[in-house]
Amino acid sequence: MPFIPHTEEDVNRMLSSIGVDSIESLFDEIPEDLKCGDLDAIPAGMSEMEITELMHQRAAADGQPCCFIGAGAYDHHIPAAVWELATRGEFYTAYTPYQAEASQGTLQLLYEYQSMMTALTGMDVSNASLYDGASAVAESILMAVRANRKSKSRRVLLPRSLHPAYRKTVQTIVKHQKIELIELPFDTASGKTDLDALDNYSGDDITALVIPQPNFFGVLEDVDALTNWAMSNGAISIAVVNPLALAILKPPGEWGDEGVDICCGEGQPLGIPLSSGGPYLGFMCCRQQHVRQMPGRIIGATEDLDGKRGYSLTLQAREQHIRRSKATSNICTNQGLMVTAATIYMALLGGEGMAHTAAAAHANTGKLVEKLCSIDGVDTLFSSPVFHERVLKINASPKNVLRSLAAHNLLGGYDLGAEYPELGDAILVCATEKRTEQQIESFRDKLDRIMNRQAKCPVTPKFDQP
Amino acid sequence: MLIFEQSQSGRRATAQAPGNAATLKSIPESLRRKQPAALPEVSEMQSVRHYTRLSRKNFSIDTHFYPLGSCTMKYNPRGCNTLAMLPGFVARHPYAPESHSQGFMACMYELQEILKEVTGMREVSLTPAAGAQGEFTGIAMIKAYHDTNGDHERSEIIVPDAAHGTNPATAVMCGYKVREIPTMKDGDIDIDALKSVLGPQTAGIMLTNPSTVGVFERRIREISDLVHKAGGLLYYDGANLNAILGKVRPGDMGFDAIHMNLHKTFSTPHGGGGPGAGPVGVSERLIPFLPVPMVSYDGGNYQWLTQTERPQSIGQLTAFGGNSGVLLRAYIYAKMLGREGMVRVAEYATLNANYLMKLLTDSGFQAAYPERRASHEFILTLKKEANELGVSTMDFAKRMLDYGVHAPTTYFPLLIPECLLVEPTETESLEELDNFVEVMQKIRHEAEHQPEIVTSAPHSMPVKRLDDVKAARELDLRWQPPES
Amino acid sequence: MSNTPDGLKYAKTHEWVKDNGDGTVTVGISDHAQELLGDLVFVELPEAGSDIAAGDEIAVVESVKAASDIYSPLSGKILGINEVLNDAPESINDSPYEEGWLFTLKITDKSELDALMDADAYTKHAQDEEH
Repeated sequence: MPFIPHTEEDVNRMLSSIGVDSIESLFDEIPEDLKCGDLDAIPAGMSEMEITELMHQRAAADGQPCCFIGAGAYDHHIPAAVWELATRGEFYTAYTPYQAEASQGTLQLLYEYQSMMTALTGMDVSNASLYDGASAVAESILMAVRANRKSKSRRVLLPRSLHPAYRKTVQTIVKHQKIELIELPFDTASGKTDLDALDNYSGDDITALVIPQPNFFGVLEDVDALTNWAMSNGAISIAVVNPLALAILKPPGEWGDEGVDICCGEGQPLGIPLSSGGPYLGFMCCRQQHVRQMPGRIIGATEDLDGKRGYSLTLQAREQHIRRSKATSNICTNQGLMVTAATIYMALLGGEGMAHTAAAAHANTGKLVEKLCSIDGVDTLFSSPVFHERVLKINASPKNVLRSLAAHNLLGGYDLGAEYPELGDAILVCATEKRTEQQIESFRDKLDRIMNRQAKCPVTPKFDQP
Repeated sequence: MLIFEQSQSGRRATAQAPGNAATLKSIPESLRRKQPAALPEVSEMQSVRHYTRLSRKNFSIDTHFYPLGSCTMKYNPRGCNTLAMLPGFVARHPYAPESHSQGFMACMYELQEILKEVTGMREVSLTPAAGAQGEFTGIAMIKAYHDTNGDHERSEIIVPDAAHGTNPATAVMCGYKVREIPTMKDGDIDIDALKSVLGPQTAGIMLTNPSTVGVFERRIREISDLVHKAGGLLYYDGANLNAILGKVRPGDMGFDAIHMNLHKTFSTPHGGGGPGAGPVGVSERLIPFLPVPMVSYDGGNYQWLTQTERPQSIGQLTAFGGNSGVLLRAYIYAKMLGREGMVRVAEYATLNANYLMKLLTDSGFQAAYPERRASHEFILTLKKEANELGVSTMDFAKRMLDYGVHAPTTYFPLLIPECLLVEPTETESLEELDNFVEVMQKIRHEAEHQPEIVTSAPHSMPVKRLDDVKAARELDLRWQPPES
Repeated sequence: MSNTPDGLKYAKTHEWVKDNGDGTVTVGISDHAQELLGDLVFVELPEAGSDIAAGDEIAVVESVKAASDIYSPLSGKILGINEVLNDAPESINDSPYEEGWLFTLKITDKSELDALMDADAYTKHAQDEEH
C-alpha cells in the first residue's frame, strides 16, 4: 500500500482499541446509498520505477526547444544552490508558520525576503507574496480602491500596454466589485502609454492608475510623468514591474516626485523555472500608510520572553481567518516555496550580480534584434528604449514563421496577432543572458531561410505537426 | 543572524552572474537606477550555510509529526518532486506551442480525468492556484450561472458558522451577502435554520463535508434537495476531501461546484505556506463557466481550451495555466496510488483519527463530539484543563513543540472553546500515534504538578514564546541598515 | 470583575456614552469589551465631520487575534476623534473610560440617548451574554 505504514497486526490492534471489527464500520455514519462503487476509470497504481519511466518519456516528448519567448516568463540562469536548498525537507514540507517558535526558519527567511523586496523596489513594506504577477495586479487594484478613501468613482486606468493575460485576470477577479476598468491606449510610434490620452482624464475622479515598467512590449514607460499624473489627480499609483529589471532601472519608490503607492509584479525571474507558467510568485510592496489595506501574509520582527529577536506572522486581523467577510482578500497562503527560492537567488546574486544579469539580458536582446533586423522583411516596430524584449514587424505570417521555427526546435517569439491586431504581423522576442551567440546566430539563419522561402512561395504552405 | 548582517561590501558569489555589466547606454539616464539595490553581499558558501541553518529551525513533515487539523500534512513522496523537476518539465515555457507540449498536456488531461472520477463531477479545470482561488472560482461560476439565467435577485450565500474564514471572504469577493447558519450540538447543520434562510434571494450554500468540526454531515442529501428546490446551488469546500477519497463523492451528494486542495489530499508539498493548487469540478449546469485554460483530447492530440472555445468561461485566474508544477506532483502521486490506493487514503486516515480519538478520550481528554465517529480529524476541547489547571490550549500547543510534535490546529473552529483540531493522516504509523497520546498525558501531568513549565513553554526551540502584541504594535517589517 | 461606572450609558454592542450636557457626547468601549478583546494593537477611527446614524459601523479595534467593529450608539456628526489612539491603542486597555475614549459626537436625537442602558442593566446584559 503506497505510503501507508500499517501492518495487518497494527490494523487489528487499532480496530480492537476502537471497538469495531472492520475499517468499513468507521464509515457507518455515511448513508449507504451515498457510497460510491469501484472507481474503474482511475488507472491501477504504478510503482515509482514505472512512473519514472513514464514521466521521463513525457518530459522528453516536449523537446526542450531553444527559447526566445519572454512575454511574462523568462528563461534565466538559476544557481544550483537555489533549488538544492529550497527542496530541503525542512522548507519543502513545512506549512504556514502558525507555531512561530517551531517555524523560525521560514519566518526569518520571509522577513529577509520582505527586506530584499523593499530594497529592490524602494518601497516601505512588502508582503510575503501572492499567487503570481497577474493576480497581484488584481489584488493591488482591490487594495487601491480600499485605500483611496477620497475617490468615490471606483474607476481604474489600465494601460493597453500591460500584459494581456494580466488584464484578463484582473477582469475575472475584480469583476464583482463594481470597479470600472478603463483601457489607456499606447502611442503606436513609441509603444509607450499615450500621455495625451491620459490627459483626457485630468480633473476626473480616478481611483487608481496602473503603470507597467517595462510594459508588455519590453518598452520603458515614462514612469515619472505617469506617477506624477496620478499624484496630482488624487489617484493611487500602482507600479507593475519586472524585479530583475529593477536591478538596473529606477525603483518605483523613486518614480516621480514622491514615488508610487503600490508596487507589484511577477517574481519568476528571481530563480523560478519556467515550468509551464507556475508556480510563480506575485510580489506586492506599498507605502507604510497603506499597510493595513495590503492583502496576504506579513511577517514582523519581535522579541521572545528573554528579549531575544524572533519573527512571527503579524497584522493578522486583516486576514480571512479573523475578519471573515470583511477581510482584505480571501487569500490564505503565500507562495512560500517560491519565496524561499527567490530569497536564496537574491542573496546569491546580490544587487550587483542582478544588475549584471539584467544588463546581459538587455545586451543580448539588443544583439538578437540587430541580427534579425539584418534580414529582409524584419524590422523593429517601436522606437523607444527597451529592457530585454522587443517587438519585431515581419513581412510574413507570424503564425507560419513561428511554426516553422518550432519544427527546428526553436521558439522564435510570441505572436502578437491575437491580442494586438492593430500591430499587423508582429512578434515579441526576448534573449535572456542564457542565449549564446550561436543560438542567436542560428535563430537568424533559420529565420532568414524561412522568410526567403515564404517570399518565393506566395501560397501559404502547410506544415505538419511534428 | 540575518543574511544582511553577514554582508561585506564588495563580496560576491562570482560564479552566478556575468562579471562585468554590459552597457546600458540605450536606456536614458533618467530611467536608470543610481546605485545597486542594497541586497546582501555574501559568498556562495555563506548563503548555502545560512539557509541550511535556517531550514533547521523549522518543523516539517520530513522531520516531525505534524497533525495540523484541516491541513492534511501527509508524507510528500520524494519521487513526485524528482519527476516533476525533470528538465523537460521545468524548462517548458507557458507559451510553448502544442507541438512541443504533448507530454505535459497528457499529464494534465489525465489528471483532469482522474479528479473527475474520484469526485463524481462532470468536468474539471485545473487552473485555480490555491484552495482560496478555487473557492472564488466556484462562487464566481455560480454567479455566472444565475446571471446567465437572468436570475439577478439572488444575492445571498449561506455559510455555516463553523466554516473556514475563506468561505465568507470569498462570497464577498464575488459580490454576495453572507448568511450564517448555526451548527447543532451533534455537529450537523441546523436544518430548520437552513429552511428559514432559504428563499428567492438564495444564490447558494458553501459546505465542507466532513465539516470543519470533523464529522460527516449525515443529512447532506436533504440539504442539497432543499437548496436546489429554492433555486440555489451547492458549493463543496474540498478542505476535508482526504476523509472520503474514493468512498463518497461530492458529485453524488448533490454538489454543483467543488474545489480540491491538491496540497492536502494529493500530497503536494506545503512549502512553508504554498504554493497550493485548487482545481475545480462542476456538475452539468456549470460546465460552460469553468475557468480556462483546460486541456482536451481528440484521441490523437491534446489541445488547449481557451476563452475562444469556452466563451462563457469566467475567464482566467492567473497569467498562465495555474500552478503546473504542483499539478504535475499531484498527477504523479495519483498515478502511484491508483484506484485502490485512493480508497485506502480515506480508510487509513479515518482509522488513524478514530484510534487517536479513542485513546485520548480513554485517557481522560474531552472530545467535542464524543458520540460521533471521527472523520479524518477530530476536535478535543481542553476547557476543563483551562478552567481547573489554568493551562490553556495555547500552552498545551507550545509545550508539544518541546516534545518534538507539531501542535494540532488551535482555536479553530471558533465556536468550540479551547479546542485542538487533530488530523493525523494515513501516512503516520501506530507508534507515532501512541507517542502523541503519551505526550498529551505528560503535558497534562505537568500542568497538574508544575504548570509554569507548560505556561512558559516552549523551552527548547530557537526562541521562547514570542511577543505577538509587540510585533503588531511596533511594526518592524524589514531590515534596515544601522544608522551610521 | 470588570468595571462599569455609574453615570454612563451603555449600548448592547459594548460601547459607553457620556453625556457632556451640551448636546454632545463622548463614546468609548467598555472595560468588559476591552477585556474580551485582549491587548489592542490598532484602532481605526472615523473621520471628523462625518454624519452617522445609530448602528453604523464607524470604527474598528484590533487585537492580535481578533478584530471588532464599533457601532455608533447614536446618530449625529463626529466632532473629534482621540488621535492618541493612533500611536497608543493600549490606552483603551489601560483606561477605557478616560484616556481610551474613541470620539465625540454632536447628537441629533436625544431620545436615542435615553433608550440606552444604565450601568446595572449593562452589567446584567454582559453576564447574560457570557452564558
